[in-house]
Amino acid sequence: MYKYIWLVPLLPLAGAAINGIFGRWFRFPEKLIGGVAVGTVALSFLISLAAVYSYGFSGNSLWPNPYVSTQTAFTWIRGGAVKQTLGYAQPGQSTTISVANQPVTVTSPRGSLLDIEWSYQLDPLSSIFMLIVTGVGLCIFVFATGYMHDDPGFYRFFAYMGLFMFSMLVLVMGSNFVMMFVGWEGVGLCSYLLIGYYFNRQEAANASRKAFITNRIGDFGFILAIFGIIATFGTAQYTSVISQAAGYPMESLGHWGLMSWIALGLMIGACGKSAQFPLHVWLPDAMAGPTPVSALIHAATMVTAGLYMLTRTNVIFQHSRTMMLVVAVIGAFTAIFAATIGITQNDIKKVLAYSTVSQLGFMFLACGVGAFVIGIFHVMTHAFFKALMFLGAGSVIHGMHHEQDMRRMGGLKKYMKYTYWTFLAGWLAICGIIPFSGFWSKDEILWRTASTNHIPMGWLLWIVGTIAATCTAFYMTRLMAMTFWGRYRGDDGQEAHGDDHAPGKHEKHPHVPHESPKSMWVPLVVLAILATVGGLVGISTAFTGGREIHSRLNIVHWLTPVIWNSTTKSFHVDEPLSAAEEAKIAETPHPSELGILPQEKASGFNLAHAVEQQVHSETLTEWIFIIISLLVAGIGIGLGYLFYIKDTRLADVWAARLAPLYRASYHKYWIDEFYGLAVTRRTMDLARAVFQFDSKVVDGAVNGAARVTHLSSTVTGETDKYFVDGLVNAIADFVVRLMSPIVRAAQTGLTQNYALVMVIGLLLAVAFYLVKAL
Amino acid sequence: MNYLSPMFGLLFQEVSNSRISMAIDGVKHPDLSKFLVIAAILFIIGVAGVLTRRNLLVIFMSIELILNAANLNFIAFSRYLQDSGTGNPMAGQIFTVFIIVVAAAEAAIGLGIVIALYRNRETIWIDEIDLMKW
Repeated sequence: MYKYIWLVPLLPLAGAAINGIFGRWFRFPEKLIGGVAVGTVALSFLISLAAVYSYGFSGNSLWPNPYVSTQTAFTWIRGGAVKQTLGYAQPGQSTTISVANQPVTVTSPRGSLLDIEWSYQLDPLSSIFMLIVTGVGLCIFVFATGYMHDDPGFYRFFAYMGLFMFSMLVLVMGSNFVMMFVGWEGVGLCSYLLIGYYFNRQEAANASRKAFITNRIGDFGFILAIFGIIATFGTAQYTSVISQAAGYPMESLGHWGLMSWIALGLMIGACGKSAQFPLHVWLPDAMAGPTPVSALIHAATMVTAGLYMLTRTNVIFQHSRTMMLVVAVIGAFTAIFAATIGITQNDIKKVLAYSTVSQLGFMFLACGVGAFVIGIFHVMTHAFFKALMFLGAGSVIHGMHHEQDMRRMGGLKKYMKYTYWTFLAGWLAICGIIPFSGFWSKDEILWRTASTNHIPMGWLLWIVGTIAATCTAFYMTRLMAMTFWGRYRGDDGQEAHGDDHAPGKHEKHPHVPHESPKSMWVPLVVLAILATVGGLVGISTAFTGGREIHSRLNIVHWLTPVIWNSTTKSFHVDEPLSAAEEAKIAETPHPSELGILPQEKASGFNLAHAVEQQVHSETLTEWIFIIISLLVAGIGIGLGYLFYIKDTRLADVWAARLAPLYRASYHKYWIDEFYGLAVTRRTMDLARAVFQFDSKVVDGAVNGAARVTHLSSTVTGETDKYFVDGLVNAIADFVVRLMSPIVRAAQTGLTQNYALVMVIGLLLAVAFYLVKAL
Repeated sequence: MNYLSPMFGLLFQEVSNSRISMAIDGVKHPDLSKFLVIAAILFIIGVAGVLTRRNLLVIFMSIELILNAANLNFIAFSRYLQDSGTGNPMAGQIFTVFIIVVAAAEAAIGLGIVIALYRNRETIWIDEIDLMKW
């Protein structure tokens, strides 16, 4: 199946092309458009499934080694010889590095050939993303055929969605950083197009621009990092870059070496795409797009591209302790920051958006503490439950006739059965209730944070993450309570108006919510099942008696070959080192010989180790942390229950008591206002100043030149008119006066005179002829 | 016009010993130059008439002389070409017929003009008709 993986991104592109080009010309019916879009994605999904099966589980499994589609590859950019301006590689130097237990000789001459291939790579990481993108994407496409029913831009919507699928698949399947960048920009473009899908609404148009411009800042960092990678390693191919990077010395905390700078650029890119703290502002606004878009792009796939990149380049990040700390701190901060905003929002999609930002923060935290695998695991479970919740929210909005304000919902449980029960699964998953999928990944993140050796201050990040998890459980319970439980408040507004014709009006405008069509709730059920059981692929070692699971169905084991082990300095699949390999590690030049500070262990207080010393059992320690995380989820849910079910006035009372905090959260900590003041206004001021410069100085110069030309032309014009013309006229006048008396005499009016002249002329002519003849 | 040729031959040919035979020869092959001279004289008379006479009718007659001088030339060359056996001898005779036709038309129009002129100005003296002066 390997050789067909190039079809996986191409099929949705073909679907997009058919819908986008012919859908309008031939006025395709909705069934055909939907069929083409869903069909191509389904086919992609099946091919992905078959490819991953043959990659990991069949007889000719390639598993720990990556498969690069060389058969269908072509050289996309022929870069020719490039000079490596950075990096340590000397001419002709070769290093032997262990990749997945295989010794690989890497020759990295200074000044290598940079030919960028268009080829696809199938490895444990990309296979997971392929399945998420096509699988969850398929559910969302099916949902969208119901949700977008009767929309005049139906064909346009599915053309954009197909294009997005193509870009996203190129992003995760490309075999080099340039292809990743192509996909990266492609998904950014599609995100822009789809956020601004309702382009006649001002807020949607603004949101799409905001998303695009904010992403641009991140992309700038990313492209600098790509330049850095090419300058350092002389290639953009993952396999080569990763194996070369593994040979670089570690950079300790506070040491800004080559790896740190590259990692910084990558991190800026990831922050932009995955909506992390300084660049998170676009994601909540992006909810102006249609809900399936929010589910597909802004929850399940595109925003996790940053995580994909971080994991893909984990070897670079692990070389830089500084950047690991930065990633972890930004992740933890974003997690709690967004979670606290989510508590006070009233728009159902805004709550989910902040929840997404917060969950992405958790994933970054996982990467920062060195648990890249768990970050990807959370990407997967989050794709299940957050796509489910967004689609559920879409179903609610559909059923409520495009009402998004939760204050006007409530009691929808009895109106929308399928939506309610599936949403319930998503709620339990995100709160982290055992055995729903969110529990496994979130608990593992917190556990790895507490027990990390990669960075100092893990315990502080653990506390922050735990509080964020509590907040998550609280606001999700609030969302459930306000939407599905309690009393239906959709009629409140009408009753308050005291409308005399209330009974008649109800007949005319039946505002009773209704369940969504089958095409919408079937994907919900599928995602609900995944959200419920999907976490079992990453079951915690505490549940297996501390045993590592050596099955490829276990995500941790599956992803091991991708993750560099900073202790053994290799990509070892988790097996004990052989004596020869130990010797090889000892042989590799010590970093201090290269003038780099030696690697240092993260010092200071380590929470997990401290607990372990008390209870003398690793498994027990893990259990303690599991219980704590279940406990905080319970506290969050309990508080939500207390505030929004038991005594609904409590919420207002506490909002008044904590007024400053409430206002800060409600106004999203005034980040947008701050950016508006500090960045947007300043940019506008600069633009205005430049405009002034243009209109005054540049235009002034142009106008001045015009005026000078005008003046000089007037002068020359007058000169011409009075001097030159005068001279010509004077001469002409003089000649006329001089000649006319003479010439006038010739005209006698006598015919015979003229005849005489003719005869004289004739005679002269003849005389001339005769003289010549003589 | 062939019947006139002996007369021209007797008039202009020098008398010599072999007079008779040469006369016969001259009648058969008349000398071109003699015709040309006569035509030239006719032409000059015509031109002189046009330039000096003040009566329009006389000027007309002088123009007829000029035309006939040309006709005589054509005929003479026609006969010459017939003798020498080169070119097309008929061309000159056809041209002559053309010229006679054109002269007739010209005379008709010209006399009409003269009559119209006389009715307006009561004169056919050409030096009194000077309206073309500026």
